[in-house]
Amino acid sequence: MPKLVSHPDEVKIISRRFGMGATNIDRYIELDGYEAVRKCLANGPEWIVEEMKTSGLRGRGGAGFSTGMKWSFVPKQSAKPKYILVNGDESEPGTCKDHLIFLHDPHAVIEGTIIAGLAVGSKMGFIYLRGEYRYLIEIMERAVADAYDRGFLGKHIFGTENEFQIITQTGAGAYEVGEESALMESLEGKRGVPRIKPPFPAVVGLYGGPTVINNAETIATVPHAIQMGGAAYSAVGTPRNGGTRLFSISGHVERPGVYELPMGYNLKKMIYDVAGGVRGGRKLKAVVPGGSSTPVLLPEEIETLGMDFDQVGKAGSMLGSGGVVVIDDQTCMVEFALRTISFYAHESCGWCIPCREGTDWLKKSLTRFHAGFGTRSDIDNIQYLAENMLGRTFCPLGDAAAMPTIAFIKKFRKEFEDHLNGRPCPYAKEGVPQLTVV
Amino acid sequence: MPDVTFTVDGKKLIAPAGTLLIDACRKAGIEIPAFCYYPGLSLQAACRMCVVRQEKVPKLQTACTTTVAEGQVFTTESPEIAQARKATIELLLGNHPLDCPVCDAGGECELQDMTFKYGAGESQFVEVKHHRDEQQWSPAVFYDRPRCILCYRCVRMCGEGMDVWALGIHNRGADSVIVPNDAHQLDCEQCGMCIDVCPVGALTSGSYRYKTRPWEMNHVSTVCTHCADGCKVTLGVRQSNDGSEIVRADNRDKSGINGDFLCAKGRFGFDFVDSPERLQQPLVRNAQGKLEPAIWDHAIRVAAGKLKEIRDERGGSAIGVIGSNRTTNEENYLLQKFARTILGANNIDHERTTDYASFARALSGHPGKTASLRDIAQACAVLLVGGDPTDEHPLLAWLLRTDVRLNRARLYVANSQSIKLARQAKATLELRPGDLSRLAATLEAGQTDFSKAILAEESLVVIFGEEFRGEAIENLIAWGLKRDNVRFAYLGDHSNSRGAADMGLFPDLLPGYVPVTAPGAFAEYPTLPAASGNSLPQMLDAAAAGDLGALVVVGANPVSHAKLDPAVFQHTFLIVQDLFLTETAAVADVVLPAASLYEKSGTITNTFGDIQIVRKAADRAGVKTDFEILVRLAEGMGVDVGALVPFGKRGTTGDLGQSRGAQSGEADRHSVWLEANGLEPRLSPFDPLAVLDEIERLVPGYKLDRINLFAGNDVHTEPASPKLESGFVPLSTLAAPDLVVPAHDTLFTSGTLGRYSIALKQLEQHQKKELAEFAAD
Amino acid sequence: MSPQNAQPGAATVFSPELAARFDALVEKYPVKRSALIPMLLYAQDEVGFLSDAVVAEIARRIGITQLEVRNVATYYSMLRFKPAGRYKIQVCTNISCMLRGAYEVYERFREELGVGPEGVTADGLFSLEEVECIGACCWAPAIQVNYDFHDELKPDLVPGVIGAYRKRAHEPVQNKEDNA
Repeated sequence: MPKLVSHPDEVKIISRRFGMGATNIDRYIELDGYEAVRKCLANGPEWIVEEMKTSGLRGRGGAGFSTGMKWSFVPKQSAKPKYILVNGDESEPGTCKDHLIFLHDPHAVIEGTIIAGLAVGSKMGFIYLRGEYRYLIEIMERAVADAYDRGFLGKHIFGTENEFQIITQTGAGAYEVGEESALMESLEGKRGVPRIKPPFPAVVGLYGGPTVINNAETIATVPHAIQMGGAAYSAVGTPRNGGTRLFSISGHVERPGVYELPMGYNLKKMIYDVAGGVRGGRKLKAVVPGGSSTPVLLPEEIETLGMDFDQVGKAGSMLGSGGVVVIDDQTCMVEFALRTISFYAHESCGWCIPCREGTDWLKKSLTRFHAGFGTRSDIDNIQYLAENMLGRTFCPLGDAAAMPTIAFIKKFRKEFEDHLNGRPCPYAKEGVPQLTVV
Repeated sequence: MPDVTFTVDGKKLIAPAGTLLIDACRKAGIEIPAFCYYPGLSLQAACRMCVVRQEKVPKLQTACTTTVAEGQVFTTESPEIAQARKATIELLLGNHPLDCPVCDAGGECELQDMTFKYGAGESQFVEVKHHRDEQQWSPAVFYDRPRCILCYRCVRMCGEGMDVWALGIHNRGADSVIVPNDAHQLDCEQCGMCIDVCPVGALTSGSYRYKTRPWEMNHVSTVCTHCADGCKVTLGVRQSNDGSEIVRADNRDKSGINGDFLCAKGRFGFDFVDSPERLQQPLVRNAQGKLEPAIWDHAIRVAAGKLKEIRDERGGSAIGVIGSNRTTNEENYLLQKFARTILGANNIDHERTTDYASFARALSGHPGKTASLRDIAQACAVLLVGGDPTDEHPLLAWLLRTDVRLNRARLYVANSQSIKLARQAKATLELRPGDLSRLAATLEAGQTDFSKAILAEESLVVIFGEEFRGEAIENLIAWGLKRDNVRFAYLGDHSNSRGAADMGLFPDLLPGYVPVTAPGAFAEYPTLPAASGNSLPQMLDAAAAGDLGALVVVGANPVSHAKLDPAVFQHTFLIVQDLFLTETAAVADVVLPAASLYEKSGTITNTFGDIQIVRKAADRAGVKTDFEILVRLAEGMGVDVGALVPFGKRGTTGDLGQSRGAQSGEADRHSVWLEANGLEPRLSPFDPLAVLDEIERLVPGYKLDRINLFAGNDVHTEPASPKLESGFVPLSTLAAPDLVVPAHDTLFTSGTLGRYSIALKQLEQHQKKELAEFAAD
Repeated sequence: MSPQNAQPGAATVFSPELAARFDALVEKYPVKRSALIPMLLYAQDEVGFLSDAVVAEIARRIGITQLEVRNVATYYSMLRFKPAGRYKIQVCTNISCMLRGAYEVYERFREELGVGPEGVTADGLFSLEEVECIGACCWAPAIQVNYDFHDELKPDLVPGVIGAYRKRAHEPVQNKEDNA
């Protein structure tokens, strides 16, 4: 069972039921569960959408799009059924927040899904979890079955004329399926290749029907935001960045874990205070702020950096999925870059040329480079390659590989140069196996 | 969609709203490169080559997925765009082998062309390339994975275009690979369309690979010799020791009715011309009863001498002539003229595969009621009765599928079996025996959903095949003629079966289905026997009875076709013109080696009545065209060749012949007609165009749009459109049951011809094996 | 038995329980094909890998070609076409785990089991592979044995993990999900 952590600075909204046995539906109800959805049933769709807009809740998957806005794009009238799709394909390296939501508070996901359904007039929701989360899928399935038993799901939810069904679905190992249209493809039993946009999912989505796709954390936040009131939720956090976020802090820190902090919380404090500082009293070398696809930041860049979408964006990186990966001074950044890129090469769906060939080429070049067989021109070449992938691929995966690569080279050029002239990795530690990608 | 105005590279363009930018640009002559985009197939946006800059949009956009709207402004060429394209090519070349010097596609490779254009000339890539061994998927299709750029054209062509779905994509990322459906083998229609659409040399053809370089070939656009659909085919020809050989057939020239389509026969079935069994010397039966090689002069002298002798001694009715379903219109016309005016009898027929005569009879007096293939390709609604076009008329099947897929046409299938095209059908009707003759009544009754839907259609093309003969045709057409906007197409089997019928290879019908007995028909023929002649079965009976003195067989094989005992010809002097020593040629007295359709010029008419130009592509030492053979036979019989083929300056009289009788001989009607139409006389008796001129002048329904025809386009003709004043030959005569023997060729057979194509035999065997394995599963 | 199970060969591919589950699964979604990926995964859990027979049977149940099934199945990294060990040890070596010693853990598994990447031990009990992020970054280094997570591993804990599964394998009542 993953360890739960806590810190006084935490503002527990989404995580307030963690560790309290809320997988049990009675316990969940005891902890004010299914109150928000009743409130929504009483107030109607327009009210829900307005309340969500007021809350300032932005998509927790990484793009940070306003949830209320997203819901308002769904056409009122539709010949085809509308769907709610919960993206629990959590796969961004450095991120494990949804893991805890499914484990500790599955009913919050269900409740959020029902509310989204009410807001857009959908009668069916899908909760898609990555295949590796089998034990969490089983928890979700039990929770869904319990909700059906109580009449919270079904033909007449909560005794009203509203219908809502939920189907849980498993993936089978594919990062790319985290992209919303690839997720729809996967749910339709196809290869996880994204779709051409437009049309956007809000108009033509799953099975051709208008579809709302939200990250699991976003959906789990919805009941809380409704219950608190949009304005109250928005007041936590910074302007245009309402509420809290689950930050997954991992890597070289003393107390790694998932912490719920207000949006805009200072990154330096997050590392040194909340997570207990760099492990073993070492020095901080770099930090990846929002999952492995976000450009790495140097210690001097995080001094006053507030962790919200806008501030991190201004600093040249992204808040992404809130996966903070802390890197100490004994780490080889070339190795780190190589491991990052290997992941994207492994996960590229292969659909478009720049991503398929680009990630593969980057991985090969970095492997050779890290092994000490690089040349000076390789450094420029790697950067050239990454820059030419950027913005040219079919979906954001190509950017996810290119952006961190460019940052690694720009910010750690010297470390790359230290690998030249046939020298093995100068940062290699005694007795520690070196990463060799086959 | 209303037109919108938008700007591309500073030029104002107009196109219907919603048009894809790439299409709008290409139409305006602005070339946008693309690997994955292929007109008519689903959009991919995968290759990222077609990126353009759209004003006020932050990222480069793909022109293949951008639809045009009012006021948009695009840039399609700029340093930024050129760099994006160059980088994409560099990435591709990272893994793509640089084996262009030995690659089949070298010289006609889109990746090569793009590399040339965008100058990714410097190789930055020093990593090891992915290598996988080449795979053979079938006798026709080879796959070289390293060369594949994953544009998915093949996958879509096979699935969306062919509705076969035999190609898939396995794995992901850089490991992605195109795979065939049966482990490492292709179980499919073997059309080779995947090879054709491949922009690089990843998919290569079993018959062409490693044979030549594209620039060593001459490309000749002609018409396929196999089925009756008449696909335009481009033959790649190269010099060889005894002429010039065909090394490839494809459709580089996409202007034909078939657009980019060709089936296995069109693409791979050309190799019969180079069969080792090909005849290249005339054969004459010697005193010992053996066929021995002879020189042409001798063979012609023997054949012509014998024909003259029999005609003079026993009369023309002692000689029979059987024509071909694959020779040109000019040859067929010449053959019937030869039979009628030189041999002096109407004893002429051909191996009928369908009942075109009854079709013409039912339609006579109703012009504009036949559907060309182009009409079908654009039809809003099509009723297909009987037959299995997927197997027997691959182009028709392709056009119907495409029409349904792209134009949302409605296809109605009435059949006694479940055919593959039913997948595209809006409604199907199961036919039981005897239903054919009642079909019109069933439709008219409008009691089923099927007939209700048909009756609700504002326009309809009705396509049917040889299952309909005589009265059944009459009934169906009579029903359609009562309704507005119903047009018909009738399916036959071979490349010029329709032409053979149109050109009057009938004992009772002249060219254009004019009855032999019609008063004044073809009055200018020097002689024309008044009585109908013998049909093919009657000729064979006469031979068996010892009453047939001589039989001239051109490109036909009655011994095999009619399952004859070869001994029936023991009292008949048999002259055979053919490519091979067929069962019939083997018992002949004189065998004259003929040129194939790929070795001659002329015109042929497909089963829909679309006439097209055939161009001489290959050359084979020792053979002659059937046209030349006929002229030489006539000459050998001491005939004035000018009476057979109107050639040379013949002079016209001052009053243009208008005041003189047809038989007066004072005016040459042909010369008059040529002059009236601004045409020059043809100078050689061997020029088929001389006969084409006469066809156009004399054959009803063959009023040709010459500009289009000679430009290589198909031109629609109609059988006997004017109502024949003299009435028609009775149905009972036309539709006698033994007259029509359908061939029902499949994707890999082509009558006698198909037997000599090794490629088609291999494909047929491969598919039989696939089928056997499937059954065993 | 549903009529589908009456098809020749079908009965031998899956257990009656799984066959029944699949009968329900194809009815669960608005479109039958949505059942494809769960089916592949559950079938693999029971059979051990996606054999030709499994692919053929699933294709039949969904009503698509085997090629289509393979197009999809080869895309997803959890699906395999060759048998693996009964316990599949999947060591995450992605960044968060790498920083906290995933490669040392991986190395130790290699030594203890004597098999390399994708290898299977002689007794067929274990196979070892390096995998991408499994969503346990804050409890790194983490591994999965089949679907079980093991968090905060150290090389010294490796023998204990192996031992526990070895013991489980020899327990008289076997957990049927062990095949997963």
